[in-house]
Amino acid sequence: MSASLIGARVQRKEDYRFLTGAGQYTDDVTLPNQSYAAFVRSPHAHATIKSIKTDKAKKAPGVLAVYTGEDVAGAKLGGLPCGWLITDVNGQPMKEPPHPVLAHGKVRYVGDHVAVVVAETQEQARDAAELVEVSYDVLPAVVDASQATKKGAPVLHDIAPDNTCYVWALGDKAAVDAAFAKAAHVTKLEFINNRLIPNAIEPRSANGSYSRADDNYTLYVASQNPHVERLLMTAFVMGLPEHKVRVVAPDVGGGFGSKIYLYAEDVVVTWASRQIGRPVKWTADRSESFVSDAHGRDHHTVAEIAMDKDGKFVGMRVHTTANIGAYLSTFASCVPTILYATLLAGQYTTPLIFCQVTAVFTNTAPVDAYRGAGRPEATYVVERLVETAAREMKIDPAEIRRRNFIREFPYQTPVALQYDTGNYEATLDAAMKMADVSGFAKRKEEAAKRGKLRGLGYAAYIEACGIAPSAVAGSLGARAGLFEAGEIRVHPTGSVTVFTGSHSHGQGHETTFAQVVADRLGMAVENVDIVHGDTSKILFGMGTYGSRSIAVGGTAIVKALDKIIDKGKKIAAHLMEASEGDVEYDKGVFKVAGTDKQKAFGEIAFAAYVPHNYPHDKLEPGLNENAFYDPTNFTFPAGSYVCEVEIDPDTGVTKVVNFTAVDDFGKIINPMIVEGQVHGGLTQGIGQALTENCHYDPETGQLVTGSFTDYCIPRADDVPSYQIDTRETPCTHNPLGVKGCGEAGAIGAPAAVMNAITDALWSMGIKDISMPATAQTVWKAIQSASKKAA
Amino acid sequence: MSVKVSMKVNGKPVSAEVEERTLLVTFIREQLRLTGTHVGCDTAQCGACTVQMNGNVVKSCSMLAMQAEGAEVLTIESVAAPDGTLHPMQAAFKEYHGLQCGFCTPGMVMNAIDFAKKHPGASEHEVREALEGNLCRCTGYHNIVKAIMAGSKAMAGAK
Repeated sequence: MSASLIGARVQRKEDYRFLTGAGQYTDDVTLPNQSYAAFVRSPHAHATIKSIKTDKAKKAPGVLAVYTGEDVAGAKLGGLPCGWLITDVNGQPMKEPPHPVLAHGKVRYVGDHVAVVVAETQEQARDAAELVEVSYDVLPAVVDASQATKKGAPVLHDIAPDNTCYVWALGDKAAVDAAFAKAAHVTKLEFINNRLIPNAIEPRSANGSYSRADDNYTLYVASQNPHVERLLMTAFVMGLPEHKVRVVAPDVGGGFGSKIYLYAEDVVVTWASRQIGRPVKWTADRSESFVSDAHGRDHHTVAEIAMDKDGKFVGMRVHTTANIGAYLSTFASCVPTILYATLLAGQYTTPLIFCQVTAVFTNTAPVDAYRGAGRPEATYVVERLVETAAREMKIDPAEIRRRNFIREFPYQTPVALQYDTGNYEATLDAAMKMADVSGFAKRKEEAAKRGKLRGLGYAAYIEACGIAPSAVAGSLGARAGLFEAGEIRVHPTGSVTVFTGSHSHGQGHETTFAQVVADRLGMAVENVDIVHGDTSKILFGMGTYGSRSIAVGGTAIVKALDKIIDKGKKIAAHLMEASEGDVEYDKGVFKVAGTDKQKAFGEIAFAAYVPHNYPHDKLEPGLNENAFYDPTNFTFPAGSYVCEVEIDPDTGVTKVVNFTAVDDFGKIINPMIVEGQVHGGLTQGIGQALTENCHYDPETGQLVTGSFTDYCIPRADDVPSYQIDTRETPCTHNPLGVKGCGEAGAIGAPAAVMNAITDALWSMGIKDISMPATAQTVWKAIQSASKKAA
Repeated sequence: MSVKVSMKVNGKPVSAEVEERTLLVTFIREQLRLTGTHVGCDTAQCGACTVQMNGNVVKSCSMLAMQAEGAEVLTIESVAAPDGTLHPMQAAFKEYHGLQCGFCTPGMVMNAIDFAKKHPGASEHEVREALEGNLCRCTGYHNIVKAIMAGSKAMAGAK
């Protein structure tokens, strides 16, 4: 094999099973003697539980058991833990109220878990759940974070009487204020980063089983990180040793963050399986997904940028109120802080930045990381400010960006991160050319003739991926390490099985990772299989989120490969009677330098397992290595997006007519897969900008957008075909030079779309429009602007 | 109340006693253990449960098994050739990377084959409109659209 597999558009190894219906998702797993669980959920946003009567449900056909909060408390099941400690500006730890797996005394959001019914069939479990009689004292509810901190607002948790989980800040406020005092121009915006519901198409599912024979548990679960799930569940909730629990995350139908977390249902089915001595399966219906999956975003922000007379940024000041829902989900606390404020420098040399974040409990589902997690919110702040500032100062929006681009690397931002490399001008230039920005004026004119308003907007985003150096994360409050593990098992006849702690739920690791290994070992991709998602097979893993898999998980695999090759060299040196220092390795061939002696990788593998002629005095037989990799820095994917919209002023309908994305993901292993990640991210970003919005009724706390008819994830005819390309500055601190690509689209797209819409409406005096820019929102804005003008 | 239902699924006669309220998708998944047909929303929105019945695509989560009495039902498991060769539409999805997590894929493929048969030579715009009832959260549809256009062509060529 001479052609490099790095950068090759290899078709996916996993596709055949998915295309033929042979994928095995959690709900497809039905175990012998299977039973089924249904959860009784709170119909109220905030209420005291007066009593729960379960006798009717217990007597219903097929029912095996009914459990309530008292039962799990009696069994000493702990609450769900939060994995990141944020320290308040006053030096106090954030407020961490108990998060019971079944509500105890009080319910705090519509969908909160009150009881579980286990029965012979799913239908019987659901029927009996209807028979559980819960008597509530309904309390006033608050769903808006800005309202929740006001005096007299309903209080969710006794330990947080003002509903504030923490107030956190980053940056030198006095210095930033001084910069603002001297500025030639200040641009200020106030906006909501709309609350989103992730909606992976596979609903969450969990199937727990206990074996009395072996005294151990197996949990099949739709998870992005089975080892983390096991660690949290055993050590913090169930008080079990880890070796007694196997967590399997088989094929998982999309995650987007929502399947990172340890959920109550996962714990309950695992625990219940022991109580009744049978496997217990629960699969969410879509309504349950809407009310009980962790949501995303939901920021209320006041942001300002200060400039000198030339449009050079001199300071940024951001105040954000983040809604974190009723309880702290697994990584909820780090999303609006560590993953948000640290990205506020964007691609620019802004020297002084201050950000303060108030995280607030409300009577809504927990809010946690959703595709991008903090970084889309930061990009939205920066890029809406920059574009608006350019318009206010009458500087071309691309030009104002160029005046402020970071051009020297490594670059230390004022918000803790050190960017290792990048070339922001290159992606902007390429995107402008591809989007034919120079032809825009003509297109606008032509659209105007048809009565349409055309606008063009940019977004130049940056993200911090490859999460994360454990020591840095630890110093910032992480309660876990963020390394990754990998193992290479070379078989006697030379084929290879790779075990990775990363988890693929659409990203195509089975192909990309196989390309990395096959390229290095000089073999066909077909000879390498990737195994993921099973704690009984894989040594350890921190899982997949934050676009970390290739940068961290891929590097762990490369490190294990290095060990394989090192050992191979020793074996080769012995077989070829050469000194180890003279053995060179290149893509599957061990050669003695300066001679024609060589051994193929397969011969070395065979010798390692049939060690007749083998350096037994120096080496163990076998060819199997593992490695852990803890990154030394984050990676910094960045790019420039150009969006062009057309608005029908009579209806407010906004159409994305052109979307161009040029990203720098460093080295790319499989461009086909990377493009797919970008397309998907862009569509979710356009969804946030145009169609998606989670709405709770402010009085009752009912989730109004609780189905696909009310919550609009983009359909195929809501989005265009995309124009995308890449530029490459390899990451400087991992051996593959990779940065990660999973979230970029969702990070950059919302600001690009909203910048395009406000460009189209700017001449009408419309400075800002809130997301999602539905037809109604845009139409209303146009109407009220026209009235003002009249 | 239980009721006996009989139908032909993937060319094979099947019959079983089921509760009257049993959904067709539940019958397919739980009774027949054909788990390629998925449930994504229970409300006929997402299309992950799409199967073919008597020559038309239907959403099997929103009809009763009883309603398929005597019908010929085809699921994703029947689409590839008996020797495992992918159908041209399946092959196009693979070639154009029209799938990521795979969960919506069976429904997408079932709908795409039906659409291609009935609307050969459809435009990109028509393909996008035809996908109104099939949601995908991974691909952004870009490559699904390309795959369907290519698969459609391949199907027409194979005739």
